[in-house]
Amino acid sequence: MSTKVVVAMSGGVDSSVAAALLQRQGYEVIGMMMRLWSEPGRESHNRCCTPESMGIARQVAGQLGIPFYAVNAQESFRSTVVEYFLEGYASGVTPNPCLACNRHIRWEFLLERALAQGAEFMATGHYVRLQREPGQPERLFEAVDQAKDQSYVLSVLRPDQLRHALFPLGDLTKPEVRAIAAELNLPAATSKESQDLCFLGGEDYRAFLQRNAPQLGAPGPIQNRAGEVLGEHSGLIHYTIGQRKGLGIAAPEPFYVLEKDQAQNALIVGNQDELGDRELSAGQMNWTQGAAPSEPFAADVKIRYKATKAPAQISPLEGDRVHIRFDDPQRGFTPGQAAVIYREGEVLGGGLIEAAPPKAARSQVQLAEALA
Amino acid sequence: MSDPKTPIYLDYGATTPMDERVWQVMQPFFSQDFGNPSSVHAFGQRAEAGLEAARRDMAAQLNAEPGELIFTSGGTESDNLALRGAAFAARAARGANHILVSNVEHAAVARNAVQLADSHGFELELIPADQQGQVQPEEVAARLREDTAVVSVVMANNEVGTINPITEIAALCRARYIPLHTDAVQAGAYLPINVQSLGVDLLSLGAHKFYGPKGIGALYVSEGIKLLPTQAGGSHEEGLRAGTPNVPYIVGMAQAFSLVQGETEARATTLRSLRDQVINGVLKSVPDAQLTGHPEQRLPNHASFLFQGVDGNALLMLLDGAGFACSSGSACKTGDPEPSEILTAMGFTREWALGSLRVTVGIHTQPDEIEAFLTALPALVEKSRALETA
Repeated sequence: MSTKVVVAMSGGVDSSVAAALLQRQGYEVIGMMMRLWSEPGRESHNRCCTPESMGIARQVAGQLGIPFYAVNAQESFRSTVVEYFLEGYASGVTPNPCLACNRHIRWEFLLERALAQGAEFMATGHYVRLQREPGQPERLFEAVDQAKDQSYVLSVLRPDQLRHALFPLGDLTKPEVRAIAAELNLPAATSKESQDLCFLGGEDYRAFLQRNAPQLGAPGPIQNRAGEVLGEHSGLIHYTIGQRKGLGIAAPEPFYVLEKDQAQNALIVGNQDELGDRELSAGQMNWTQGAAPSEPFAADVKIRYKATKAPAQISPLEGDRVHIRFDDPQRGFTPGQAAVIYREGEVLGGGLIEAAPPKAARSQVQLAEALA
Repeated sequence: MSDPKTPIYLDYGATTPMDERVWQVMQPFFSQDFGNPSSVHAFGQRAEAGLEAARRDMAAQLNAEPGELIFTSGGTESDNLALRGAAFAARAARGANHILVSNVEHAAVARNAVQLADSHGFELELIPADQQGQVQPEEVAARLREDTAVVSVVMANNEVGTINPITEIAALCRARYIPLHTDAVQAGAYLPINVQSLGVDLLSLGAHKFYGPKGIGALYVSEGIKLLPTQAGGSHEEGLRAGTPNVPYIVGMAQAFSLVQGETEARATTLRSLRDQVINGVLKSVPDAQLTGHPEQRLPNHASFLFQGVDGNALLMLLDGAGFACSSGSACKTGDPEPSEILTAMGFTREWALGSLRVTVGIHTQPDEIEAFLTALPALVEKSRALETA
């Protein structure tokens, strides 16, 4: 009997081609699609699971002659991902729900169901490569197609999750995937690709927060590092680190958002020179090989999904944390987003960027931690 | 474990495979005797002959007059025509504004009644069923009013299989001159349907539940019962259902109905023993399980259960993976299950109601298939319980 693999389908061209390729490779393929949470009344807007996309996924499964199941993940998604999103904003960071979804929903909730169905593997249409050698833990690499690489959001995967993972698209480019879909005459959703969060359904995240966490929109002062009040902000949730436009401060030099001081409900701004920074610390580190490295090492770090990797020195700290010192100053460290560590294209691990301590006190604290 | 490549079908309550003999009688009416039965010419005459022969056959099986049988697109349309048609006609004739419907109806009746209340100003009153999903005549009697437009009580429930005392309920309604509708869609294949001995005024049937084709059904409308048509147009079907009749399907339905009704007793005996094999086996081998519906007064092919701490849809996936096709009260292919309204109406908590399983056997079911199912089920229930606690 051939090896069973569950493909997490979405109706999109990537997961459809992933299913077709695995079938061609001789796996017994089963399609599953998660029904994720949407705000009541906005169900048809959820980018990940509209009735239309589910219909297409079902059609693809029918064409391939594989079983297809819709799996209700709404409650799990709401209680983990959506709560994490709201709590993140409440604590002043900019959360990345896709990280939480991959860790807890796709690669935990759905994987459990795939394994219960008798599958040895679960596959997705992510652009990322996995190196698997007998007796060795799996190693996660960037995709061949750099423009489509999704290793950033999969940096959250633990060895026990990677052990069951298959990523059939990692060696392909998007045009190649489209060509395979065309050749197999696979239907695919016509909607254009989007980076929006699925449960926002194309809506601005601030409107969602205003409905679901209205207390977070309270106005407060805009200050510089010296504590001088320069204006009033309309609620911290409306700003992102590094933002220049829309601050409403008249000054000869443009101001940039440096920090959000949640305790004071203050937006800290400064000029361009103050924006760049060399150092950050990240917590809740996940190491794809399981154990944290014991010694400092040189690596490349990506601080946003679409950021360019930059060389840095990584120093492991106590308690699943690391200190990262970039060779050159970087802009736009955003607490709550992931810092993902790469070496020669391999994802070593990732963690969440922590809010920096107040600027003046910072270097001593970090020095102490680094020496600890 | 059965081979998932040739799965075992235990979902006859959802639909049935069409009988080969039904297909035989349908065939000529597609391309050969294809005429419009309303046409004057020879083509139309042949189609009309087929149509009216089917009506006479089916009416005879039901112990009704041919003119009392209206062909529709299926059970849902029959329910719509009955409930809406009777409600609006009773309002027009005598100002009646009260609708009495049991709380264990199929959605085709239940949602209709809700819409009549919400959008058309009718007063909807629900008749509570007991814990076994049965509607007691005294609960109906206590709610009948002068201004009751129509009463609707399902003959046999689709989710829990309970059979209702329709004869007694019908007598109560008839004594008050209030029309009673019964949805007999689930009952059609397994219970004798005699509208005279039942004493009902309106009765819905859908062919695909009794080994006939999908997309065709019938509504029995007792002589003298007034309905407002829900679909206006030509004067087909006594002016109650406009649209060219689907002749081949009607011919097939009549044939299928005559086949099942001719054999209800013999079939019921075989099915009952398969059903009891399921019920006894499941209750013996699965812990924290209970039978839903009435233990005896239930459809001979219908077994339904609740398993504590199970997501019914997850269990269906596991069963399908192991090669067994069943359904659940919250059956929903879009992954958005809500506990069944029928089970919650019967008093089950959400936690229990989400873990429902319906096993409905049919004429092709074999005892060894039930054995295979009973062997596989306990481990699959445990697996789905583990998923809920993970």
